[in-house]
Amino acid sequence: MAQEYKLILKHADAPGYTPDIECYLRQGGYDALKKALAIQPKDLADGKKLSGPEQIREDVKVSGLRGRGGAGFSCGLKWSFVDRKSGKPIYLICNADESEPGTFKDRQIIHKDPHQLIEGMIISCFANDVKLAYIYIRGEMPEGAKILNQALKEARAKNFLGKNILGTGYDLEMHVHRGAGAYICGEETGLIESLEGKRPYPRIKPPYFPAILGLWMCPTIVNNVETLCNVKHIVTMGGAEFAKLGTPNNTGTRIVSLSGHVKRPGYYEIEVGKATLRELLYDKNFGGGLRDGRQLKAIIPGGSSSKVLKAGEKFKLKKKDAEGKEILVETDMLDLPYDFDSLAQAGTMSGSSAIIVMDDSVDIVKALANLSEFYAHESCGQCTPCREGSLWMNKTLQRLTHGEGRASDADYLGKIADNIPGGRTICAFGEACSWPVQSFLAKFKDEFVAKGAADEDRRAKEVSAPEQKQLEAAHH
Amino acid sequence: MSFQPTSELEAEVSELISHYPVKRAASLMVLHAIQEQFGWISSDAVQWTAKKLELQPINVFEILTFYPMLRQEPQGKYAIKVCRTLSCALGGAYELHQHFCAKLGLDAHKHGPQTTKDGKFTVEFVECLASCGTAPVMMVGEKFYEGVSHQKADEIVGGCQ
Repeated sequence: MAQEYKLILKHADAPGYTPDIECYLRQGGYDALKKALAIQPKDLADGKKLSGPEQIREDVKVSGLRGRGGAGFSCGLKWSFVDRKSGKPIYLICNADESEPGTFKDRQIIHKDPHQLIEGMIISCFANDVKLAYIYIRGEMPEGAKILNQALKEARAKNFLGKNILGTGYDLEMHVHRGAGAYICGEETGLIESLEGKRPYPRIKPPYFPAILGLWMCPTIVNNVETLCNVKHIVTMGGAEFAKLGTPNNTGTRIVSLSGHVKRPGYYEIEVGKATLRELLYDKNFGGGLRDGRQLKAIIPGGSSSKVLKAGEKFKLKKKDAEGKEILVETDMLDLPYDFDSLAQAGTMSGSSAIIVMDDSVDIVKALANLSEFYAHESCGQCTPCREGSLWMNKTLQRLTHGEGRASDADYLGKIADNIPGGRTICAFGEACSWPVQSFLAKFKDEFVAKGAADEDRRAKEVSAPEQKQLEAAHH
Repeated sequence: MSFQPTSELEAEVSELISHYPVKRAASLMVLHAIQEQFGWISSDAVQWTAKKLELQPINVFEILTFYPMLRQEPQGKYAIKVCRTLSCALGGAYELHQHFCAKLGLDAHKHGPQTTKDGKFTVEFVECLASCGTAPVMMVGEKFYEGVSHQKADEIVGGCQ
């Protein structure tokens, strides 16, 4: 049976564990930082020397760590893109703008174990020659910002931050920067613009890859909260040991946010790929099953932007047989291992590892209308297809959920959704707002058509409100 | 009426500016600081901020008009934010929002934040507050509430004096 595996959340919910530095130090806190700072240069076979920071960067590559924010991109590779020859300062930003609907994992780390994040950040900064770093936390987490500020103060007092950290000659300063309620700030170049004090309009890539032209046009690393925490554990365990957690190419652990119609919604840390969706939904140590008497209708498996999975859907998953030959195995959506690659094979993604469960009580049209309202509200407005498209989709879905639908609305929605993504917009928000619409339509089209047709039918037999009034007056 | 910053605000703003190599970067944090003290950001406050950060007022104003959390007009003493997005909606967020509006004499179908006539409460239906496992969730000012039943909602309102 699948089990939780607590690496990042090892202490967070332990009885008596508090977010202050003394408590963190009692649990071996900042030992990984001391270890990282003490790494001696290593001689290579070709006579070259590998510095401590270079060794950490190599180890992060070896660990196979993939970004926990949504895209699942290799952290080691991301770091390797950083322009180290520009002569400009290198900045690091922690993306704590957790705002993908369904996701509430970073909140746990920030509120309960802030020093783990800060230690992970200091190590990451040391590994990348960063002297100034920011934590960009969403505005709706004022308490989290206070906790982080307090933790930074404590870390400074112990000389884990500031000048000449622990006598090593390494200087690093770190500050908290608060957002103010805009989802687009989670997009890394939008976040950078926001930090610079501008509207968070994402930048076009190329040329504005953060690793080259990021914050103030300097090389910049933007990593998710959970990703940065993992760096601490990679230093503690060693990259090779870390890579044994999880499954090949899907290493380490992930904190899964489970919400919606399960008996035990909540956050569960698992080894990546070591639990299936079925286990996460139904096992008693995870979701505990659906509400009594209810059947599963659909799952949004990786945050609201990921493509929906319909109950009973089957996918062909690539697997290796006994002789190591690649074969295709038919797999029910519930039997998908919860990792990056299996969900990608099923045409969706594990994104921010947030699962939203919907049972058969859900009006699927209403559910999509809810999400579309979110995207219409959050489009930054920079690119026409996204700004107009997200609004059109929302308007169409609102009329479908308010008795004003048409049978043709399903096709109309599909047409709009198909014309937003695919290189027509500066950032991936275009994809993010279209994927739910495209996938809901692909899998539940009959419900959209039926709803629109029923509305048309009803309206055809209706007398208009003013006419009704006149009729009533005439009858008196 | 011109903007009258307190000495605490002056000190806080100086501290915030010191966090960045470029002054402009402090603008969002400065606006947060102003809103925390005054509850909203007046056009005089925008002028003052622009001067502090060596910017044109439009540079500050364009931020004020973009971010949903920043206010251009006073809001109620207690700002109630009910999460609207899917997981909370599945957990009864629409009913909860309706409940607050009915209780406080506001229109649940109106868009945007609404303030009661006595200026005590502002109710707003907001996007995901990132606590989807304990739906429905809400905030009053900076305080966060999870799994809010209608009874709990009444207690929260009752506790606002």
